[in-house]
Amino acid sequence: MAKQGVKLVVNGKSIEKKDVEARLSLADFLRHELGLTGTHVGCEHGVCGSCTVQMNGAPVRSCLMLAVQAEGAEITTVEGLTNRNELAALQQSFKKHHALQCGFCTPGFLMSADALLRKSVPLTEAEVRQAVSGNLCRCTGYQNIVDAIVETSGGEVAAPAHQEHASAAKFIGARVERAEDNELLSGKGVYVDDIDFPGMLHAYVVRSVHARAKILRIDTSLAKRATGVVDVITFEDLGAVRNLPLTIPHPNLKPLTEFPLAKDQVRYVGEPVAVIVAESRYLAEDAAPLVEIDYEVLLGCIDIEKALAPGVPLVHESEPDNVGGFMKQSTGNVEKAFAQADHVIKETLRVHRGGCHAIETRGILAHFEPKAGFLTIWASCQGPHRIRRTLLQLMDMPEHKVRVIAPRVGGGFGPKGGFYPENFLIPWLAVHYGTAVKWIEDRREHFIASRQERDQTHWVEVAFNNDGRVIGLKNFFLYDTGAYSTSLVVPWITLATIPGPYKIPNLQLEFKSVYTNKVTAMVVRGAGRPQAVYVMETLMDRIARELNMDPAEVRRRNFVQKNEYPYSVGILYRDNNPLEYDSGNYPACLEEALKMIGYEDFRKTQTVERRRGVRLGIGIAAYVEGTGFGPYEGGSVKVGTDGKIYVFTGAASQGQGQETALGQICADFLGVDFQNVEVVTGDSAAIPYGVGTFASRVMVTAGNAIAQASGQLRQKAIQLAANKLECRSEDLDLVNGEIFVKGTPEKKITLRALAHEAANRVSGFMVDRSIEPGLEATVYYSPRRSTHSNGVHIATVQVDEETGHVEVQRYVVAHDCGTVINPMLVDGQIHGGVAHGIGNALYEEVIHDESGQILNGSYMDYYLPGAMEVPRMEVSHIETPTPLNPLGCKGAGEGGTIPAPTAVSLAIEDALSDLKVKVNRIPVSPEALANLIAEQKEKTSGVRG
Amino acid sequence: MKPAPFEYRRPREVSEVLALLREIGDDGKILAGGQSLMPMMNFRLAQPAHLIDINFVEGLDYIRSENGAVKIGCLARQARALDDALIRQRSPLIAAALAHVGYEQTRNRGTICGSLAHADPAAELPATLLALDGSVTVASARGNREIPAQKFFQSYLSTALGADEMVVETSIPEQPPNSGSSFVEFARRFGDFAIVGVATTMVLEKDRIADARIALTGVADKPWRERGVEERLIGQRASVELFAGVAHDLGGAIDPGSDIHASAKYRRSLAEVLTRRALNEAWNKARIGN
Repeated sequence: MAKQGVKLVVNGKSIEKKDVEARLSLADFLRHELGLTGTHVGCEHGVCGSCTVQMNGAPVRSCLMLAVQAEGAEITTVEGLTNRNELAALQQSFKKHHALQCGFCTPGFLMSADALLRKSVPLTEAEVRQAVSGNLCRCTGYQNIVDAIVETSGGEVAAPAHQEHASAAKFIGARVERAEDNELLSGKGVYVDDIDFPGMLHAYVVRSVHARAKILRIDTSLAKRATGVVDVITFEDLGAVRNLPLTIPHPNLKPLTEFPLAKDQVRYVGEPVAVIVAESRYLAEDAAPLVEIDYEVLLGCIDIEKALAPGVPLVHESEPDNVGGFMKQSTGNVEKAFAQADHVIKETLRVHRGGCHAIETRGILAHFEPKAGFLTIWASCQGPHRIRRTLLQLMDMPEHKVRVIAPRVGGGFGPKGGFYPENFLIPWLAVHYGTAVKWIEDRREHFIASRQERDQTHWVEVAFNNDGRVIGLKNFFLYDTGAYSTSLVVPWITLATIPGPYKIPNLQLEFKSVYTNKVTAMVVRGAGRPQAVYVMETLMDRIARELNMDPAEVRRRNFVQKNEYPYSVGILYRDNNPLEYDSGNYPACLEEALKMIGYEDFRKTQTVERRRGVRLGIGIAAYVEGTGFGPYEGGSVKVGTDGKIYVFTGAASQGQGQETALGQICADFLGVDFQNVEVVTGDSAAIPYGVGTFASRVMVTAGNAIAQASGQLRQKAIQLAANKLECRSEDLDLVNGEIFVKGTPEKKITLRALAHEAANRVSGFMVDRSIEPGLEATVYYSPRRSTHSNGVHIATVQVDEETGHVEVQRYVVAHDCGTVINPMLVDGQIHGGVAHGIGNALYEEVIHDESGQILNGSYMDYYLPGAMEVPRMEVSHIETPTPLNPLGCKGAGEGGTIPAPTAVSLAIEDALSDLKVKVNRIPVSPEALANLIAEQKEKTSGVRG
Repeated sequence: MKPAPFEYRRPREVSEVLALLREIGDDGKILAGGQSLMPMMNFRLAQPAHLIDINFVEGLDYIRSENGAVKIGCLARQARALDDALIRQRSPLIAAALAHVGYEQTRNRGTICGSLAHADPAAELPATLLALDGSVTVASARGNREIPAQKFFQSYLSTALGADEMVVETSIPEQPPNSGSSFVEFARRFGDFAIVGVATTMVLEKDRIADARIALTGVADKPWRERGVEERLIGQRASVELFAGVAHDLGGAIDPGSDIHASAKYRRSLAEVLTRRALNEAWNKARIGN
């Protein structure tokens, strides 16, 4: 039977449903039939663990079970953990330990952990890591999750001692628990796929199966007749449609962007060719094989290092060398430096960055109300305002009738900041059919159609003297931009990040951005910086090796010193401003990290262990990160007539904790209790202009906008209160939401009462006419230029010489992002960033064959690091406030990822130093490492023989 | 990633399952734990016309000892087997292998027999059964037959199971006294399918090796074992050097393929290293009587 009745108990409640589709997964049944949307779907092939529920008390994957198989079973979901809205002890512990960020994978972890806690307590860290190894998280780096579970079990938590932050302010600098967490921990967070409308249609995108081909014919007639199919759309049906705009234009970048649906050619596997609109996703997928597409398959261009050669297939016929953009910058006299240097080293270094892999895939739901003509869009994205602006460029719609909302977003990491074909197609379909249309990317699509940041090949030469000082650097690199252009941001950032924390007077830096028949490239957490750090820090270690000097000492000798700020690097940064380091303390971060890891002791242990055949290694990676780009971000702060303080900003959250950190800023600058502040991010209706969350920019831009708006609002409130209380505003103070006369605290007015007065302006209230109505203030903050965070990471590893296996054993971070608003959140950003970086060092690689097919498009073959792979991390904050913005803060969102791959790769080299193994390509797989070891052993024995 | 439509069957008796299998044959798939089948169906790599869900048949989830063998029914879940005292005592190699099979959440649904029937050459349980000289009992409307592991696994995802047959039980000879076993594997991440895995057992008689078995995952289109390699150990005095030599010979005896996970050369090298380590571990366990 294709349909079957099912009777089961869910969260203690008996449920009986007739005619359940046999193929409906238990996950889809719980989510869309029962409305229990706390259970999330992340991969649908049983690896990520987000869909974990308990069946008769045991955790199971609800994506790998049919709903009808739950007949007679007791199912518990995250909604069942919460007892009458009270968080259970485990959930409270998650909140306390900051064990969640975007919250998407959290229900899965809770369900696994809850079952584990019933099995045995107390638990050790090792037991917990193993037990949650079947749950993937992209945000937290696992450490806080593990600690939360261990503590709930009564076990011993190895939590680091929290540093106290001396601050006159009340909330800024404090480890404030997150405002987001109660909702996310009880499964009440609403993500795009949690929203359903009656009669809603479901879209499925039919994608190119070839990397380069001409489309000769598309026949949709069979597919259109399939059960439940409403329509099948191809390019022809879209009418006068334009190609997608560039994300960020540049004079050296031609706008070769894609159409929402392929016109007559496809340029990567995964490019949208047709859209099936059907009554359900299941039915839409059924019709996909019925869409007939005749292709003339052409040879593609896959490898950047071959792309420039004559006769190579062209990705765009208009670009005869496959070069999509270029840049050359220099300072000083490089040739002279190289002529004078004691030493010159040349290296070729290759980096692959991998994909986004937020556990929530992309998704978009568009609802069109045809009578009034309002279009509302919910998108899993990093900036709803940018999507709205782009849509208004592409569609003729009255601006005020288009609203874009980023609801809860399950991780972003860069690629969700892009404007994709689906971002146009789904709203277009909704308008076309006058209804709601939903498209949720599945994990297979995520591998082929979500943007990735990927390959760079660097040819680099460094000139240095016997004292270890670098005097010149030449670097030329190729950047794989994929099939279409979006911007030159990634390679430009790489170029400008190369010099890092070092004083290098003579620089010659150049790149070419190269088209290939692969999905379009775009920023992924770190955005070009991990590649630059890999190049520079690898050189630092090679210099140390050449001079037989300690790697830490080489770095010390080259650092920009504390008294040298502002330090001008001599080139332009990606905001087109001269690259100038505003502040920092590079030596302090290095010394702190060395102290944390116990550098001298490690060296002793390393020597002793080496004698026993155990190979330990240590890797140091320092970095400077330009953060807090413009153009601007807004903050609108308002006292509601309900007495709540509302903060609106366009900087949507993907789990970073904006609602908490921005709320802390508002609370301090306005003079109210943090608990009374509600931060609304990601709604184009809440604030007219916005940019979004990327490039570690939110605290700098939105943070300062909100600080200033809160300060202005405070002044306005005091002015109004002075009017009301008939006194001078200098005599008033605003504390905890009340304005009172200093020294006579009973003479007061609450902000709530004042908000009523300010909005109503009833006659008799002698309001100063120069004051605008309403108790609100809005500030758009535009940073003059970016501010620079910095830090040093140190990793230790053990390398198994026989298998090439690398175990990361210890990991320390000394980090300076200026004023820390909430150290708990910054720790969380760093933990998750480091985990991502470890993935880039050892695990994550998108592998293409020569025809451009992705060979590892599932989590069985693409390895995301889990709780067993990511080590414990220790983080120390060094605060050097920037003079560039009033808060003194710098970005912290990517600093965890940027040096992490390099700290690991250099630790590997250090473990194999006697063999002089060079890790010149990351990620380095065990096989690649085993080969490098074997090659070097052969060479060494050859020399001996 | 939604599965294609299928007819869902929910038999309550083994006889009903067998009747359905006879009726449906190749168009049907048995759904037990579903932890390998469902991902393939979600990717639409498998599109069976009929799904025969055996989870509602009672009495098939046993784990018991019978005539010197551990008998495991076809609905015994991997998680239960991993925690089972009988298995831990009498067939510790199964428990050691199970610790590497997927994750807690997949083991709670996945069955031992399902993994054997799926016959993925990278999977832990088929090689373990082969090392232990176990067998699989299959049933059909024509009757039951017991197939030794050596004959059951035929090639990639392919077994001696007929279209009208189902696996009802697996039988594993209990580990003899004075013996030890070891399961060692190399996977990119904890819980992943291993690139290469080695299951070994060793029986000692005083300081000599009375018997030894070595079976590997990931080096052929089915679990690999060759008596000739094992015989090099038998009757010998156990030593680190002996194990290294045998492991080296084993590396020469296998003929692995290359894929995105590993080249043939790397698999060969891993097979040698892991075999040596597994033999040493099994020997150490045998000496302390585990």
